Amino acid sequence: MAHEDHDHDHPHGHDHQAVPSDLTLRVKALESLLVEKGLVDRAALDTIVDLYETKIGPRNGARVVARAWVDPAYKQRLLTGATAAIAELGYQGGQGEDMVVLENTPHVHNLVVCTLCSCYPWPILGLPPVWYKSAPYRSRAVIDPRGVLREFGLQLPHEVEVRVWDSTAELRYLVLPERPAGTERMTEEELAALVTRDSMVGVAKVPAPTPAAGAR
Amino acid sequence: MNGVHDMGGMQGFGAVRPEPNEPVFHEWWEGRVFGMTRLLRVGRWNLDHSRYQLEWLPPADYLRMSYYERWFTRLVKRLLANNAVTPEELERGTPAAGTVRATPPVTVDMVPSLVTRRGSARREADVAARFTLGQPVRARNIHPTGHTRLPRYARGRQGVIAIDHGVFLFPDTNAHFLGEKPQHVYSVRFAAHELWGEQASPRDFVHIDMWDDYLEPV
Repeated sequence: MAHEDHDHDHPHGHDHQAVPSDLTLRVKALESLLVEKGLVDRAALDTIVDLYETKIGPRNGARVVARAWVDPAYKQRLLTGATAAIAELGYQGGQGEDMVVLENTPHVHNLVVCTLCSCYPWPILGLPPVWYKSAPYRSRAVIDPRGVLREFGLQLPHEVEVRVWDSTAELRYLVLPERPAGTERMTEEELAALVTRDSMVGVAKVPAPTPAAGAR
Repeated sequence: MNGVHDMGGMQGFGAVRPEPNEPVFHEWWEGRVFGMTRLLRVGRWNLDHSRYQLEWLPPADYLRMSYYERWFTRLVKRLLANNAVTPEELERGTPAAGTVRATPPVTVDMVPSLVTRRGSARREADVAARFTLGQPVRARNIHPTGHTRLPRYARGRQGVIAIDHGVFLFPDTNAHFLGEKPQHVYSVRFAAHELWGEQASPRDFVHIDMWDDYLEPV
């Protein structure tokens, strides 16, 4: 184990390669060309980029999770018919057409990966972070899930079953994390603010609330 | 194809490096490449074909490029392959003299529905399931040279049908415009021991979504 930990300093260990400095120029030129040729509408381009930067993100998924925590009937619908239950809150669309929700419990921990590309439930989590699309995560989540979780700061007891879900088809997975202790009196809105993106991918638990309310 | 994109179980890539407060796009151009890819209506295209266009990149390029750099490469290739732009136009960033301006196929008013539209790969076709819940199955040991969603690490391995997700179009044919070939998709549960041997935790399982054509009875 100690030897494996040294792998953390591997020099080629991530996908943040330096971007060639001319990519900005090349993309700018391509965009001008496509707009002038009438193949792409610039206002439409601005709008779709803005939607994914500001509207379609993990706060959507957090609202789904918080609702499931406070409403047992909703949770039941979410676990048995996720796509429709998520649509009840207004979230649907590309890369979320056929949803499955996986419930984490004290005995079972679910973790989602796409080893073949970058499949991710866009309508409720937004576009995936770089680490999710990176070679280290895609390669190791299936063969060393507990090691990956340790890198996210989560050490699972041996007796907990780990279920890794490789998104090889068009099903998109959302983890329903455990509701942390000490949240019994919180409102649905306060609970949603506690839920992190990472907990909905299954690489973390939802942190218990702190008096400073500094949970991210 | 047995490409470098099929990463499950590979070793040597190092640690996962999460970035706190990561932006959706790290560079301006990444958002533009994402948006142009979503808005373009050029040539024959579907999701499986688009994945194949990334898998088809030379392995060294695939590993060297950032995620959206791969998308940019795919976008340019698609434009050139369909004669939507010429290399000279790409170089200059302006249309060739005498080019008639087209009408953009997606306008700003269409974007919200484009984003929320349900373009499911699920099909209503009346196709019988070849396997039942709880049935032991083996992933076939096949090595197609085209697109497939059967990861190498599962081929030849035995698992159990855990969920029948229903009928979906088949990526191995759809990616190459050879038809949808709708069939059942299952979540197949594999013990980590079966996939990785004794070194794996006996409490670990991997669930992989698999089409009927990927499976054989045990």
